[in-house]
Amino acid sequence: MSGREFGSGDISSRGQTVELRSTGQAMASVPTCSVSTCAVPGSAIEPERYELAAGAPYRFDLDRREFFKFVGAGVVVFSVLKTGTAAQESGGARGRRDESLPKEIDAWLHIGESGKVTVYTGKVEMGQNIRTSLTQAVAEELRVPMEKIELVMGDTQLTPFDMGTFGSRTTPTMNLQLRKVAAAARDTLIGLAAAQWKTDVRHLVADDGKVKDPQMNRSVEYAALTKGQQLTQTLPEEDPLIPAANWKVAGQSAAKVNGREFVTGKHRYPSDQKLPDMWYGKLLRPTAFGATLVSVDAQKAEQMGATVVRDGNFVGVAAASSGLAEVAVAAIKAEWKSEAQPSSKELFDYLKKNPTEGRDPTGDGDRYEAGKVDPALASADHKLQATYMVSYIAHVPLEPRAALAKWDGDNLTVWTGTQRPFGVRGQLAEAFRMPEDRVRVLMPDTGSGYGGKHSGETAIEAARLARAAKRPVKVVWTREEEFSWAYFRPAGVMEVTSGVGADGRITAWEHHNYNSGSAGIRTYYEIPNQRIVFHPAKSPLRQGSYRALAATANHFARESHMDELAHAIKMDPLEFRLKNLKDERLRAVFEAAAKKFGWGKSKSVPGQGFGMGGGYEKLGYIATFAEVHVDRKSRDVKVVRVVTAFDCGAIVNPDNLRNQIEGSNVQGLGGALFEAISFENGKILNGRLSEYRVPRFSDVPVLETVLLDRKDLPSVGAGECPMVGLAPAIANAIFDATGVRLRALPLVPDGLKMG
Amino acid sequence: MATTSHTLGSPGISLAINGNTYLVDADPQTSLLTVLREHLDLTGSKYGCGEGQCGACTVLVDGKAQRSCITKVGAVARKQITTIEGLAKGELLHPVQEAFLEVGAMQCGYCTSGMIMSAVALLQRNPSPKESDIIDFMDGNVCRCGTYARIVSAIQKASKGIAAATGKGAGL
Repeated sequence: MSGREFGSGDISSRGQTVELRSTGQAMASVPTCSVSTCAVPGSAIEPERYELAAGAPYRFDLDRREFFKFVGAGVVVFSVLKTGTAAQESGGARGRRDESLPKEIDAWLHIGESGKVTVYTGKVEMGQNIRTSLTQAVAEELRVPMEKIELVMGDTQLTPFDMGTFGSRTTPTMNLQLRKVAAAARDTLIGLAAAQWKTDVRHLVADDGKVKDPQMNRSVEYAALTKGQQLTQTLPEEDPLIPAANWKVAGQSAAKVNGREFVTGKHRYPSDQKLPDMWYGKLLRPTAFGATLVSVDAQKAEQMGATVVRDGNFVGVAAASSGLAEVAVAAIKAEWKSEAQPSSKELFDYLKKNPTEGRDPTGDGDRYEAGKVDPALASADHKLQATYMVSYIAHVPLEPRAALAKWDGDNLTVWTGTQRPFGVRGQLAEAFRMPEDRVRVLMPDTGSGYGGKHSGETAIEAARLARAAKRPVKVVWTREEEFSWAYFRPAGVMEVTSGVGADGRITAWEHHNYNSGSAGIRTYYEIPNQRIVFHPAKSPLRQGSYRALAATANHFARESHMDELAHAIKMDPLEFRLKNLKDERLRAVFEAAAKKFGWGKSKSVPGQGFGMGGGYEKLGYIATFAEVHVDRKSRDVKVVRVVTAFDCGAIVNPDNLRNQIEGSNVQGLGGALFEAISFENGKILNGRLSEYRVPRFSDVPVLETVLLDRKDLPSVGAGECPMVGLAPAIANAIFDATGVRLRALPLVPDGLKMG
Repeated sequence: MATTSHTLGSPGISLAINGNTYLVDADPQTSLLTVLREHLDLTGSKYGCGEGQCGACTVLVDGKAQRSCITKVGAVARKQITTIEGLAKGELLHPVQEAFLEVGAMQCGYCTSGMIMSAVALLQRNPSPKESDIIDFMDGNVCRCGTYARIVSAIQKASKGIAAATGKGAGL
């Protein structure tokens, strides 16, 4: 953990870097992906800088008898992870005393006596629709209708430990695990039916919540088979999964399982939670980042009937209404002391001049060398050097951070919107110096995250106020608080130097990234001589995870640079990429997108430009082609059409996949064109929605998506990868339209500046 | 939730919401959104920005879309207010709600209430909007997940559905 700064949590704060907390043996099994041994693409997990956080040891206190008392009779299958990449994110070390239940559980499934299926997973839902896609996976293997399945997600008391929902890991790990669990449950039920009918399991099939014996023309409901049972089973080593080519439920589009709750306004998000006797909390925010409290006078607030808490730099109130809490906090007189801090004007210079110690927790990801870069650059036919930049941007989850906290004696329960319920539990335990098993964190399906809800500030605030007010307290951040007191996608500077032969083959590639991160920093083009270095820097702002994170910055630099190189040697940008690209899956998406886009067609109107970008990230393959129109008079840049081709293995839910790709492109449009945080001396200058532009209806281009369904390959995530090709595609299209090369994101916050 | 809530003591503000009358003990300067969510537990209307920039709090006031976060409750006493909770008739969803489900026009769903209420207001004013009409009218509503194109499709679908149900020609 990075120090004891209030709420600093798991992410880098004021230049401090992330450290893995090495409690328990869970972290001992973290596979370090040494770049020299870990091929890219095709590597396994690539945990991102700023994204890693150790989980608290999972403790499963129930013995077998108590367990069934809790869930009710029936059949239970545990998903047990042994080693490998998945074990670091779910399951993890526990094993305290003798238990009859297995250790290292990462999920489990219960089929009750009524035939109802309940799945318990620590993953959480925030709009990526995994509640639906995981339900599909279970329905497929268990052969039950989707509506009979309920998922209990992200409740630290009921669900097994999970490191968090990020990094596009749910589909490649949890989806697969739940399929295995469901398959094992199905086979257990078939076994029960075989025993009942005294027949061989080979004669029996599972279908529609029943075990059927087609030869004897008989069938039995799962409910009848589970009645009176208290069976547990651990995932067998070898499990017969249904191949994607034979999927009936998975692989098909399925609507959001609880969609009706959302269109009727009935779904209760974290900020909608309410308890009897609940009060509303409000914090007094410092006047600048890192400010310390010199003096405080809260007499007036107390006279209003509010509970006031002053605890170190923490100053907050709780009151019977949010209005009163607001008035009370405004009545507090406080004096803060802060130090001079850098501003956004000097940001990129600052990042380069302020390196920090520390390494990427993934190991050798900070530095990669192959061949001999310097002589290769010196002898190249063409040489190019360019610097690219990305700004800090804000997640702006439409639901701001919110938490409702309740104390029962020494036990604490918090409902909050977080991507890491177990991480927040750890933060609460740390903040209040109490054991984790006295803290329960629940995560109702939340109003988005995009990597922005990894930390537990709001939970701690609500809990601190609730303890003082001696009643439940809810804290909901204002949009302004969300802009200033959450964290940002890291800004960064990328320097790329390359050498290319007259034949169009790249001979040398040097890529330095200052601060923004090492995700996606490795090139997938075939280049014999490479030097790739990530340089951690002291960040002027609190920074953390963000959808696709550093991969956006590194792809922007790489794919812009590829375009520059292609133009330098007068080669078609697509031909140039394919000439230097061996990876078949990446070639396939570039070719598919080019075909759909009509790459090579001539321009039909003035100001029109075409460009592409693509790559490999989070196990997925993406190519994005963009068409822009630049109005030479108004200097407005309009992205009019985006064609995306994507390969994420066997597709689980095509419509939701399209939705995620469209959403990635729309959200990516903001960071590409106009989103940037402006700051000065420890203050955010544009921290509200009227001052920070996000994409709206009128910004949306025509979005066309080509899905490459690889039923022969494992399913991987799709929430992040589709974002990385967009910014370079737009920058390259703007160059095509105008001859102006833009190397900083956002590209055109104030329209295009031409020559 | 009781259909009518009375607060003893102060005279209060009378609100007509979703066909029910509520007497609310609140400062007239309080935002309608706060009253809906805190006093009446109608949490379908969402807080997103507090300055009328995102549309997550949109409700209908006398049939017109209004941002409840910047609407003072004192200003809407005795006006007809409809929130997302009052749109369906029992189990029967409004055609716009139905269309959002059919199209899958959401991800996290946090903007959905406001989107639906704005769309209902649009279709009441213009039952057959062109795509550009939809974009113009809806531009004040933010979907951070980026489902805009789907929302446009859902509104078009609802428009056709309503036109078919009322026997008028469907606008394109």
